[in-house]
Amino acid sequence: MSELLNNLLFLPESASTFAERVDLLHHFVVGTTMVMSAGVGLAALFMFFRYRRRIPDQATEYVVPTLKTEFLFVSVPLVFFLAWFGIGFRDFTWVTTPPKDAMDVYVMGKQWMWKFAYPEGPNGVNVLHVPANRPVRLLITSRDVLHSFYVPAFRIKMDALPGRYTQIWFEATKPGTYQVLCTEYCGLSHSKMLAEVVVLPQEEYDVWIKDQRRGRLQDRQDALADTSLVPPVARMVDQGQVLAGTQGCLKCHSVDGSAHIGPTFVGMYDRVEKLDDGQTIRVDEAYITQSMMDPGAHLVSGYQNVMPTYQGKLQGPETAAIVEYIKSLRTPNVREGASEGPAYDPIQ
Amino acid sequence: MTPSSSLDTAGAAPHDEHHDDHPSYLVDGTTIKSWLLTVDHKRIGVMFLFFILLFFLVGGIFAMLLRVELLTPGPTIMDAMTYNRTFTLHGLVMIFLFMIPAIPAVFGNFMLPLMLGAKDVAFPRLNLASFYIYLTGAVFMLWGMLNGGLDTGWTFYTPYSTHTTTTVAPVMFGAFIIGFSSIATGINFIVTCHTMRAPGITWFKMPLFVWAIYATSCIQVLATPVIGLLTVLVAVENLFSFGMFDPARGGDPVLFQHLFWFYSHPAVYIMVLPAFGVMSEIVSTYSRKNIFGYRAVAYSSLGIAFVGFFAWGHHMFVSGQSTFDAGVFGVLTMLVGVFTAIKVFNWVGTVYKGAVDFKTPFAYFCGFLFFTVFGGMTGIALGTVSLDVPWHDTYFVVAHFHFIMVGATIMAFLASLHYWFPKMFGKTYHEGWGLVSAALIILGFNATFIPQFLVGNNGMPRRYYDYPERFQALNVASTAGASLLAFGFIIIACYLTYALVFGEASGKNPWRSKGYEWVSESPPPTHNFVGPQVTFPEEPHFYVDPKKAEVPDAV
Repeated sequence: MSELLNNLLFLPESASTFAERVDLLHHFVVGTTMVMSAGVGLAALFMFFRYRRRIPDQATEYVVPTLKTEFLFVSVPLVFFLAWFGIGFRDFTWVTTPPKDAMDVYVMGKQWMWKFAYPEGPNGVNVLHVPANRPVRLLITSRDVLHSFYVPAFRIKMDALPGRYTQIWFEATKPGTYQVLCTEYCGLSHSKMLAEVVVLPQEEYDVWIKDQRRGRLQDRQDALADTSLVPPVARMVDQGQVLAGTQGCLKCHSVDGSAHIGPTFVGMYDRVEKLDDGQTIRVDEAYITQSMMDPGAHLVSGYQNVMPTYQGKLQGPETAAIVEYIKSLRTPNVREGASEGPAYDPIQ
Repeated sequence: MTPSSSLDTAGAAPHDEHHDDHPSYLVDGTTIKSWLLTVDHKRIGVMFLFFILLFFLVGGIFAMLLRVELLTPGPTIMDAMTYNRTFTLHGLVMIFLFMIPAIPAVFGNFMLPLMLGAKDVAFPRLNLASFYIYLTGAVFMLWGMLNGGLDTGWTFYTPYSTHTTTTVAPVMFGAFIIGFSSIATGINFIVTCHTMRAPGITWFKMPLFVWAIYATSCIQVLATPVIGLLTVLVAVENLFSFGMFDPARGGDPVLFQHLFWFYSHPAVYIMVLPAFGVMSEIVSTYSRKNIFGYRAVAYSSLGIAFVGFFAWGHHMFVSGQSTFDAGVFGVLTMLVGVFTAIKVFNWVGTVYKGAVDFKTPFAYFCGFLFFTVFGGMTGIALGTVSLDVPWHDTYFVVAHFHFIMVGATIMAFLASLHYWFPKMFGKTYHEGWGLVSAALIILGFNATFIPQFLVGNNGMPRRYYDYPERFQALNVASTAGASLLAFGFIIIACYLTYALVFGEASGKNPWRSKGYEWVSESPPPTHNFVGPQVTFPEEPHFYVDPKKAEVPDAV
């Protein structure tokens, strides 16, 4: 049934847990609206015929609706519309709230390609490898103009904004190769800004990522289109540590928990900070990025607004690397492995 | 002529003897100067009509070029840069130069004073000024688009629009100027509704077209300044690196989207509310019935105008705005849908126990009903937050707004063009050709955009010059539909031009309508009414046999 409906509606293959939810609601909404619309249309057509004009100056009855009729006109659509909104909003909240055990991948759009980076390496261009049946959180940013990361088979889409991170997550259900399209107009080659997601069974993924981290060249058919663009394989944490030194972060931010001009990096990630305007904020990827790009936007209480902006000085991957470095310095024990999952409790 | 109707007896008696003193507005002064410097709302409406049709032709030619280019993946007739400029041009011309002014500036201008029993709009000179401001803005826009072109899409999203080297500034300046025309027209209509109503025409006796134009004018006056401000900011950013929207200079790219849609979402209602108004008149005239639920239709226009201001965020569900925002804008979007549903039910209800005469404007009413219902329903589907995630910025959205915004507006524009053709020019067109072209256009419209709904479902993003091969079949189907549509428009252009020159005299009221605008002569004399103050029937579109008239209270 749902297969048939998908074909009738020209829906692409459905290959993620979100796709299943969306398609269900899609069938419900499209089915109901089409039946109702057809009903209204047929009623109208019937009346056009039934009440056709018989004499040129035909007089008609004066008909006005009763309050009850108007109430029906309002309430029936309202009930359906609000029900759809309810289900739709629940699913939207679900897809924008990654589960705790999600694996992180950094995504950066630039005119006109997609770059992917795993916290523990490697980096890639235009091909994203993920394991099947495992939640993957995408942390999306852009280097230049707006882009939008769209995987039709997963039914997910999220805009990529320069200087900020947005996030969305998915859990692929079937191994295979799925197309990624850019859906925010970004200039001359907007329609050529294609990439793909390769979903591998967990075991194959483990083998693949091990090979990658050993720095071995890929021998797959879908090898990187342009290897010259791929930075050397390295853990993002290591890159971040180097960058924090060369960019001068460590002149003001300590990495041993001691007080300094800026808040210490140790335990910064996932901490709830009090801001100078009295609000509180939980430090996540988006906040750290914003603090690098626009340091005065949300100042932690007790600190001076003295940090220079790194807008234009740090590229997307460098920002991501520093974020990863800060994430690795979580208390009580400084973490060794890759970061996993978001900082907050997902909404159930 | 309408025998024994209250229209003819009402105040029209002295017109024969005064005929020579009060020629129709078309022949009262035949020099070019008498047209260019006229302050007559009817002549200004006709001049608007001429240019709006011209821009519709320009936008339409670009639409056909786009459809031909999309016949095959990869280059067909143009390169990627030309394609990007072409869709930008298509969008800008169609929206700013055709759809926003189409119904208010032409038919609103022409009919509003007639429907209110006024000699003219409240500020006739401002009315003429708004015409020339519109032309000036159009010249800037077209100059910018032809002299280098711009490739941002009609949405001008930053930071792309502040990075691109194409001519963003003159085009945005053109849009800025046109905004003033929009505001001037809006103020003029609002004041006219408040102060120029003939004795007896109370607020709830105003024709529903007037209500729709009134609601539209309110939106124009309130929303247009925001897009004016925004175009200035982007132009300044583009020219002087202002740093308002470009994150590389400390700006906020999403701020642009909020400001843009704060205008552009209500702008959708600027385009479609007048269409709703036209259809209320047409369904009444051709089914000889008072509108079912007059107050419900009038109030829902105001409701749409009001709630429409608070739904803009549904264009930005995946832009990184907060989940909370998505929820708020999602709910408000559903409310707009409810207001539209009220109107649809009341239009269909109007036909109940009516007397339908299936003339060309009524055929467009059928098309309009179809596009409003299906376009509206796909709008509700798109407003359902999670469904918008896959659909956003795909051809599904393109097809949706071409159904509800363009489809409804074009149906209403063509319907008014036919319905009011005798009113404006005193001539009749060929009914048979009218019905044939209406059928062609409605079919063509469906054949163009239903494949686009499907290709969007299948995942094809909008503004794609090149596309994966799996999308080709549906694109070819869409182009085939577009050519059908073009054919329909060519037929209309032919028979209406013919009718304008050789058409038979229509008489005063060929549709036997009891709408208020038919109280005056067709075409009306320069000051609309001759002799003592005209009186209007009890209410517009009152077709009850006077012998058994007993009017219950309307809801």
